[in-house]
Amino acid sequence: MLKILDRPQEPGAFVYRLPYIEFRRFQLLYQKAIISVVKKIVPQNTWVQHLRRIQLDQDQKAFAELFGYFAPRVKAFLMKSGASPSMAEECTQEVMVTLWHKAHLFDPSRASVATWIFTIARNKRIDALRKQRRPEPEDLQWGPESEPEASDILVLQQEANLITQAMSALPSQQRDLIKKAYFGDLSHSEIAVETGLPLGTIKSRLRLALSKLRKTMK
Amino acid sequence: MNEMTQIKHHLTDQILIGYSAGTLPEAFSLVVATHLSMCDTCRASAQAYEAIGGSILDTETQTTLEADALAGTLAMIAKGSIATKPTVVSDVPTPLRDYVGGSLRDVKWRSVGMGVRQAVLKTSKTATARLLYIPAGAIVPDHGHRGTELTLVLQGAFRDETALFSVGDVEVANQDLNHTPVAEIGEDCICLAATDAPLRFNSWIPRIAQPFLRI
Repeated sequence: MLKILDRPQEPGAFVYRLPYIEFRRFQLLYQKAIISVVKKIVPQNTWVQHLRRIQLDQDQKAFAELFGYFAPRVKAFLMKSGASPSMAEECTQEVMVTLWHKAHLFDPSRASVATWIFTIARNKRIDALRKQRRPEPEDLQWGPESEPEASDILVLQQEANLITQAMSALPSQQRDLIKKAYFGDLSHSEIAVETGLPLGTIKSRLRLALSKLRKTMK
Repeated sequence: MNEMTQIKHHLTDQILIGYSAGTLPEAFSLVVATHLSMCDTCRASAQAYEAIGGSILDTETQTTLEADALAGTLAMIAKGSIATKPTVVSDVPTPLRDYVGGSLRDVKWRSVGMGVRQAVLKTSKTATARLLYIPAGAIVPDHGHRGTELTLVLQGAFRDETALFSVGDVEVANQDLNHTPVAEIGEDCICLAATDAPLRFNSWIPRIAQPFLRI
């Protein structure tokens, strides 16, 4: 899963001159450092490991923790989108059921857990409140023998955090306008094109993740 | 899809934000989802806009759930899994497949005159989605737009006053565009189009027929 440092090909490169044992040790240290960084940042802040535990072990404890954090947020989101408290309650539970059953479709190199849950809640809103179908693009999934690289997961999860930081740095009027659009209070023709958020990096990361995924699908 | 790299005409950010926020009419979402299945550039943008939604969800206020909410949810989970749809081999991208009932061969076309045929797809009423069949070299009458029109090319190509549109390309037309699309010679052109207001034809013959054709 982790891409380890390849043995450099060009003579003169720093690592190449080391004896093989030293080279191996360097390689292992490097690998360990990456893993510790990934462990430190990915699971604690982002719930990625929780979803993995649900996916692999049907872990109810992980689910309960995710539920405790996200269900009250999903319910608030649905109520702000116009659902009555009882309807929001019912839909929230359905969103969490969907999360359980679709955990295997979550790709941490393309979305944060919050983003993924947002898409499920959004689709539930369209289905239950607006009584419309929601056409979704063709599903792209990693095959059984491939999965995203740890470094891609790390970068994407960090980018998602940066968006949250950038959102909180926006002038409150602008932030409220963006929120209104996402709660469904603005029609598409009323949405301002400029969000004021720095989205260039996450767009190019997502583009890269998609092209890697496409390669494994061929 | 190999055509992907050649896509030149993309969706606007306004449309992509609307799709990610979930506020587009169903007919527009259908065109967007079909284009995203063919265009990774726009798919990446749409996912970036979904990340804004994720961050709003994450930082929003919370509302208390019923005391037995978790238990109730676990009980629903225990009842069984979500049925997955069987994959059907088709000549159209997945999102469109559900609306045409399989393949382009199954579409029930109706003539709208001058060789052009259409099939209105069943979506919610706030906007209309239709497939258009324009024989190679044929002309769609000169028209303007009262709202927004999205036109995605599925087969062949068409050209209007602004540019050439090939497979995967999408044209976003607003009030300020008057155009006369012409299918390119060589192959019949099939498009998926969505409008949220009736088109404005600039000659009286199509104008009279309009209510009957639901254009």
